[in-house]
Amino acid sequence: MNPFASIGRGTIGMLSEIGRFSAFAGRAIAAVFSPPLFLGQFLRQCWQIGYLSLPVIGITAVFIGAALALNIYVGGARFNAEQFVPNIVVLGITRELGPVLAGLMLAGRVSAGIAAEIGTMRVTEQIDAMTTLSTDPFRYLIAPRVLAATLTLPILVLVADIIGVMGGYLIAVNSLDFNGAAYLRNTFDFVEAQDVILGLVKAGVFGFIIAAMGAYQGYHSSGGALGVGRATTNAVVGSIVLILAVNYLITALFVE
Amino acid sequence: MAAKLELVGIKKMLRGRQVLDGVDIDVNERRSLVIIGGSGQGKSVTLKCALGLMKPDSGQVLVDGADVTRMPPEIRQRVMRKFGMLFQGGALFDSLSVWENIAFRLINADKVSRADARERAIEAMRKVRLSPDFADVRPIELSGGMQKRAGLARAIIAKPDILFFDEPTTGLDPITADAINDLIVEMVKELGCAAVSITHDMASARKIADEIAMLHNGKIVWRGPTASLDSSGNAMVDQFVAGRAEGPIQAVV
Repeated sequence: MNPFASIGRGTIGMLSEIGRFSAFAGRAIAAVFSPPLFLGQFLRQCWQIGYLSLPVIGITAVFIGAALALNIYVGGARFNAEQFVPNIVVLGITRELGPVLAGLMLAGRVSAGIAAEIGTMRVTEQIDAMTTLSTDPFRYLIAPRVLAATLTLPILVLVADIIGVMGGYLIAVNSLDFNGAAYLRNTFDFVEAQDVILGLVKAGVFGFIIAAMGAYQGYHSSGGALGVGRATTNAVVGSIVLILAVNYLITALFVE
Repeated sequence: MAAKLELVGIKKMLRGRQVLDGVDIDVNERRSLVIIGGSGQGKSVTLKCALGLMKPDSGQVLVDGADVTRMPPEIRQRVMRKFGMLFQGGALFDSLSVWENIAFRLINADKVSRADARERAIEAMRKVRLSPDFADVRPIELSGGMQKRAGLARAIIAKPDILFFDEPTTGLDPITADAINDLIVEMVKELGCAAVSITHDMASARKIADEIAMLHNGKIVWRGPTASLDSSGNAMVDQFVAGRAEGPIQAVV
């Protein structure tokens, strides 16, 4: 067997998958911007994707903020820079950890959920049924999910930013002997609007990736329970990889 | 007069296999055509091509003489509003209640108010003899036969010109199956529509068909009135009707 052939086949397979996903994402965006918008579906998805994700996002953020504060304290102590804990915590949370970790958690919670739901609808012919009932599945099923995830993830990340900073604050004040008022003053003096905005832009893009990837995998699933299982796995893995790659790209663009 | 629905030379290749190899069928108003054939012979693909869920590689799907496959999407959608379909597993939306399922098209495509849609859904439930007490439950709580009834109510609520049935009796006990067959005959008569069904249940085929066509290896190999089924003179039809493993058709196990 020719090793180059299998590398080539893999590359072509990956590129065509990227092409198919891009075309699907384009169709989803077109569906978002063309009437009718199913408002009831959209609000239900905001509830499902946004509100019900609050606990998992909050718990993640508080622990990450706390661990970050501890690590920065230890690292900073090596060159007498312990006082920078609040600055680096807020920077790390708003620019990077808030959006990325929220994205990764939601890749598990939301992308998998969408892939499983739409995948099951596909294999039980519910999507075909919807088409025969003169309703476009892209408008009814996919557009509300994509729109809800794109709009609610920035809000979730804003909450995560606040809770994450709080996590750092709690550790700093309670076990690292920081003065509470000074910690908060340092945080607010240091953080800039563009740090938060960068995080929110990332969050919007990640939200889109999460919903579009889940819907894409589910929509194209086949072969019963096995196929739905595969779609769910691919949705989680696919959205995590895309989130991390796009995260780097957006960061690099902003830094320049 | 043009047939209500006509498939001309439909070919479809799937995963390197020629599933449909020039299928020709037609059905007129107030007529019921049943396509029989073994598993994997292309019955479902034929139905999907007719419904516009799958695009044939070549051939025409004519509705009232106009080719659906070559229409721009918005006009095709308008033509497809004439269709109603009962899916094999019911394909009811499990996130919605039974009445919302039945009225799905009225609410989401035809923009009928929810109150009116509910009223019409309950009327459709009565027609298929499904008690309105089940209007607010989820489809998962219904028995198989009731799910078929709900699926049928959903298919007929917008008074379609052409009704499609995919294995309407599969998975039902013989008595329930017969009740569904009766209901199909009654609905087709009442709506005055054309009906196309696929099945491998011969009892069901005899009951609901005016005409029967047999699909084998992606082609229609025999077609005739239901009464002539037992004297078709076609060895494949004879084997299928009698349900014998030996004959010109190889059993796929």
